[in-house]
Amino acid sequence: MSARDEILSAVRANLPKLDKPLPWVPMFDDSAPVSLLAAFRESLLAMGGDFLDVPPGEDPLQAIRQRLAKAKVVCSATSEVTGNRPLSRVRVPQDLADVDIGVVRAAFAVAETGSICLTDGGLGVNALGYLSQHLIALLDPADIVPNLHHAYKRPEFEQGHYATFHTGPSATADIEGVLIHGAQGVRSLTVVPVPRPADYAQRVQPPSTRT
Amino acid sequence: MSDTHAPVQAAGRMLHPELAAASDESEVKNGRRLDHAEGTSHPIRPSSAPEPQPRGARIRGNHRISQSEAANRFIAAPQHEKMHDERLWDLRQKRDRVMHRIPEWEELRSLASAIKEHTLTHLDEYLDRFEANARTNGIHVHWARDGAEHNRIVHDILLDHGAASLIKSKSMLTEECGFRDYMASVGIKVIETDLGERIQQLDNEDPSHVVVPAVHKLRTDVAQVFAKTLGTDAGNSNVHYLAEAQREATRPLILEADAGMTGANFVVAETGTFVVCTNEGNADLSANVPKLHIASIGIEKIIPRLEHLAVFVRLLSRSALGSPMTQYTSHFRGPRAGGEMHVVLVDNGRSKRLGMEEFWTSLKCIRCGACMNTCPVYRRSGGLSYGATYSGPIGLIIDPTFNRHKYSALPFSSTLNGSCTNVCPVKINIHEQIAAWRKVMAEHHELPLIKKSAMKAAGALLARPTLYRAAIASADVALNVLPHFVIYNRLNAWGKHREVPHAPRQTFHAWYRNNRGTP
Repeated sequence: MSARDEILSAVRANLPKLDKPLPWVPMFDDSAPVSLLAAFRESLLAMGGDFLDVPPGEDPLQAIRQRLAKAKVVCSATSEVTGNRPLSRVRVPQDLADVDIGVVRAAFAVAETGSICLTDGGLGVNALGYLSQHLIALLDPADIVPNLHHAYKRPEFEQGHYATFHTGPSATADIEGVLIHGAQGVRSLTVVPVPRPADYAQRVQPPSTRT
Repeated sequence: MSDTHAPVQAAGRMLHPELAAASDESEVKNGRRLDHAEGTSHPIRPSSAPEPQPRGARIRGNHRISQSEAANRFIAAPQHEKMHDERLWDLRQKRDRVMHRIPEWEELRSLASAIKEHTLTHLDEYLDRFEANARTNGIHVHWARDGAEHNRIVHDILLDHGAASLIKSKSMLTEECGFRDYMASVGIKVIETDLGERIQQLDNEDPSHVVVPAVHKLRTDVAQVFAKTLGTDAGNSNVHYLAEAQREATRPLILEADAGMTGANFVVAETGTFVVCTNEGNADLSANVPKLHIASIGIEKIIPRLEHLAVFVRLLSRSALGSPMTQYTSHFRGPRAGGEMHVVLVDNGRSKRLGMEEFWTSLKCIRCGACMNTCPVYRRSGGLSYGATYSGPIGLIIDPTFNRHKYSALPFSSTLNGSCTNVCPVKINIHEQIAAWRKVMAEHHELPLIKKSAMKAAGALLARPTLYRAAIASADVALNVLPHFVIYNRLNAWGKHREVPHAPRQTFHAWYRNNRGTP
């Protein structure tokens, strides 16, 4: 018998003979915050992330450009921000090893936890979210859901091959509980409120489903 | 909500106030002190000169592990013992604080327990469904009956790709399988990428905790390990320096690796997805940099649908570290363009455990470590004292399923206070299973000698109610009047390093007789 068949038949032979129905899971959104953006921002800051507060009337992209001006290598997977390491020239993930700042667009965010969701379609090359020293994520304030129950109803988890929640930057406190950002991945994560461009949906087809 | 930074105020609710540190080394951002991930909620430092690190249980083949022997050596190193106790108790307190912010917390625990029990009682169907969906998405699915088969399968995949080096994220399953030792024996270089796990690998020691693998070590221990292996300055134990040195040393290894490996925290049958949670982003580097990604997954990790995943993700990091979410929660559904993805589904005793009437619900475990953080025995003896892959309360009920004789003394390393059961996010009745394992050990004549003679005396007493009542009455008096050395003698292992409670002036039975007449 193959290992598969042997394991499955051992499982079948040992299944507890008990009636255990699958419970229904509520959305737990009765006390959802009034301002999803304010709640998201607060949760993100508590997880070590940064949020770029843009004064009314000012262009958030201008503030990003100022920050990028100081970086040597910038790789952007967004149409709003132009870097100097085009994704089209990245042949293997290792080509991103020297990126100072990566720029991506979040598919959506979660107020409860301060998480942003990045997908393979939005990242272009998944490793951009991890090999970059710093990460900037554009987020449409209209794309925030109250909690994880709502998050898992989103289509992103059934479309591409990779979807990930980033909740602040890479962090460790493995030595004496001292909290340090940039354990292995990005040293900082900055979320910037920027509405989505109209053609966003077409551009973020996951690479795995592109023909 | 940021907690107070003032060490003086923090000291008030510390187990060991002398550890309160005047200066703070943790990240401060936008004027707030951060304590997400496994960061402490207030600054702590060992209070005196460094001491050598106590080592774990003595392991000799199939001999019975003596947890209490190793625990004694841990307690004899007070700097280590106090820091360990304090850090884990702090994680427990952080857990309580985030729990109180979720009104539906108890409902989530009940849901998590019910979802797992449903899935485990239909495990064959859900495994079948996951396999079919994963294959449709382009994942290669393998099955391994035990650790040895798992290691051979992974080795074969690596050989097929001519891979000689592998970067991996932490996985308790690969610890179960003895994976690193096997790979070393066949000449494959394995590099752990979680900081704590990397420290343990470089020190040739097992992880001591399922979530914080090097929690039993002090910065001075890490400085020594890194000086020997990474060439850092042995005299510099600054935590930021050590962490940065490790980042710089590991990065080239990540970029050059031929293959990457992760475990999985959850597997979703409906979508063929596996989910990996880390704080460092190291699993995502392991999965997304090399072309080849292999995931080793225990068959009990499966849940039916995405809506169920929400329940578990909300519970996992809050229970483990008191942090609302791990920094990274990644969902893998298929290979990257140009990449290859393999999943190895591993049994290694799980199907057998499913058939154990009293113990099958231990398969609900999501490896959060909350039971370890709250356990007074674990906090004061260190995870390595258990001499097994799983330590703490969950270890006491899982380890004997792997080797009943070798781990026969472990179920006695508990006070049966039930705190583990109270914090378990999936409601495993851990302390009841510990008690049940003691019974199993007695039935199979696996009782340690001291327990045996104590039990014999207790058995004779408990069989005769009048004798029992007389004994209790005099024992309560004895607790108050007997000299210390009688209670704290060598035969009473639990008296060591512990104060006995004040005995009530009257037994319950005497009180009842006086107040309610003759029963």
